Amino acid sequence: MDIKTLTFIVVGLTFALYIGIAIWARAGSTTDFYVAGGGVPPVANGMATAADWMSAASFISMAGLISILGYDGSVYLMGWTGGYVLLALCLAPYLRKFGKFTVPDFIGDRYYSQTARTVAVICAILVSFTYIAGQMRGVGVVFSRFLEVDITTGVLIGMALVYFYTLLGGMKGITYTQVAQYCVLAFAYTVPAVFVTLQMTGHFLPQTGFGATLADGSGQYLLQRLDGLSTELGFAAYTDGSKSPIDVFAITMALMVGTAGLPHVIIRFFTVPKVSDARKSGGWALVFIAVVYTTAPAIAAITKTNILNTINGPDQQGVMYEDAPTWITNWEKTGLIGVGEAAKAGDEPMFFSNDERSNVRVDADIIVLASPEIASLPNWVVALVAAGGVAAALSTSAGLLLVISSSVSHDLMKRTLMPQITDRQELLAARIAAGFAVLIGAYFGINPPGFVAQVVAFAFGLAAASFFPAIILGIFHKRMNSTGAIAGMVVGVVFTLSYIIYFRFINPAADNPEHWWFGISPEGIGTLGMMFNFVVAFVTLKFSKDAPADIQEMVESIRYPKGAGAAVDH
Amino acid sequence: MAFESDQHAKDYWKENLSLMLKLLAVWFIVSFGFGIILVDVLNQITFFGFKLGFWFAQQGAIYTFIILIFIYMSKMNKLDKKYKVDEE
Repeated sequence: MDIKTLTFIVVGLTFALYIGIAIWARAGSTTDFYVAGGGVPPVANGMATAADWMSAASFISMAGLISILGYDGSVYLMGWTGGYVLLALCLAPYLRKFGKFTVPDFIGDRYYSQTARTVAVICAILVSFTYIAGQMRGVGVVFSRFLEVDITTGVLIGMALVYFYTLLGGMKGITYTQVAQYCVLAFAYTVPAVFVTLQMTGHFLPQTGFGATLADGSGQYLLQRLDGLSTELGFAAYTDGSKSPIDVFAITMALMVGTAGLPHVIIRFFTVPKVSDARKSGGWALVFIAVVYTTAPAIAAITKTNILNTINGPDQQGVMYEDAPTWITNWEKTGLIGVGEAAKAGDEPMFFSNDERSNVRVDADIIVLASPEIASLPNWVVALVAAGGVAAALSTSAGLLLVISSSVSHDLMKRTLMPQITDRQELLAARIAAGFAVLIGAYFGINPPGFVAQVVAFAFGLAAASFFPAIILGIFHKRMNSTGAIAGMVVGVVFTLSYIIYFRFINPAADNPEHWWFGISPEGIGTLGMMFNFVVAFVTLKFSKDAPADIQEMVESIRYPKGAGAAVDH
Repeated sequence: MAFESDQHAKDYWKENLSLMLKLLAVWFIVSFGFGIILVDVLNQITFFGFKLGFWFAQQGAIYTFIILIFIYMSKMNKLDKKYKVDEE
């Protein structure tokens, strides 16, 4: 069977599975399925959090970016896992004890202020919109390859699918659908990785395999070979990287802190039965995420070596276009691989490097999806990876669209702007908001301001600069008042957003280390935004009254587990 | 008041903070320390075919994060029991 048919079958089957589970779980909840267990068990919640969390950016784009960036790609690996330590140690147990639905709810109540709630809602919407823009690109990449259409059509098809899926999935039972999605995506990610690792090094585990010696009998370590090839071809040595340490530091910090401030991740910790389970849930989520995240650098290193070997040939002299492997011509149709005219006419061999010899362009976002084809694995593996990519994009987009639509319809309209609207109108507003979010996402999916993982990184910067300080101070600094928190959030988010917009959209020519503040790129600027947020909050507190006594008492009471209310269903 | 005395409440919070800060110190040293600041120094050492600094940045830090969360979880469960503020 050809790849296209197989992809239709595998993606179709997984879709049927998700919808089946959603229907089953809904039926279950009417017979008090959840309440009997007092919420979702921590291991299942950990898995659902992992699926919610691992988006198209993690699944499709991250390994590709690492393969381009080499050591510099570590920012994504450490950044998107280290945040769970902050979540489990500093946030989740307290927010669970507090026991409200959303992050704006916590901020609104803790800072006893409607303004604080509104600022938090606006930040949540901003973060989720940025995040979803990255997702649409990822979905588009998957569909454009497997339906053999160009990337714009791919984005539009993906967009329609995600919108209808969310309307279907906007119900209870989403947790168990996400458990299934985690299983599909983890399986789809690790199976091809094991195959390519076996091929390349004879090792079974990707995690140890990419440090092993090559199976070609040369006795050379894989990473040594890759370092050598990279420098020969004008790239930075793979294990060294070329970003400045301060930028690596700032991006890693922004991603970690942003993780801990993401509304759609935090919301998951309200669903566990007990405060102690919120801690446990964070641990399990990280275990499940680590399955993918420790595999990713192996895929990156191995596929990079494979790409260099297939485009440039084993002797690194270049390969003629007519002898090109099928994955190159397949991906060329999507526009994500480009081959120079002279090479296509057969006048010169194809060559992929980082200098003037190069006549091939490879988009980083294809690396994971193409890795089974590049390694000549069977077609069913290729189809499986497509299903995994769809699962990753769907689970995250659904979660994000729910956050956006509930923020707009519930937090913003019903509770702030127009308290008199009916439930029907509220529902309509939710659907319109979700539709609007999908459209904006599609626009940026077609005209991406960076690779999927980079766009997503902006969302983390915004979360780091807005929510994280407000929540941390809300828990650990009893006296922090509403003026301080609001001023901090506004300064943090406005600064971070302006910096990103200036360098990515207004003056992209200046988007380089010479013009960046302290050499920090727009991806890492959330770290500076977060510091501004903290400083402004403290200074403002100095010149205004402490939080009232009843709020300080409330903060005392979220600091120990006893007396936590029942779990909240999502 | 869930605690037996104000002193208990203070001690519980103090022990919690000290545990949290110790674990966060490890979190910082392994990722930002070994993986970023000291990466060039550690890269002089080879570890199962990896340069050590590179390994910490792409593998080791993640394993450490998992261990940290589970240590916190089990120690906090004991602390909750000690001060009788656990959920039965």
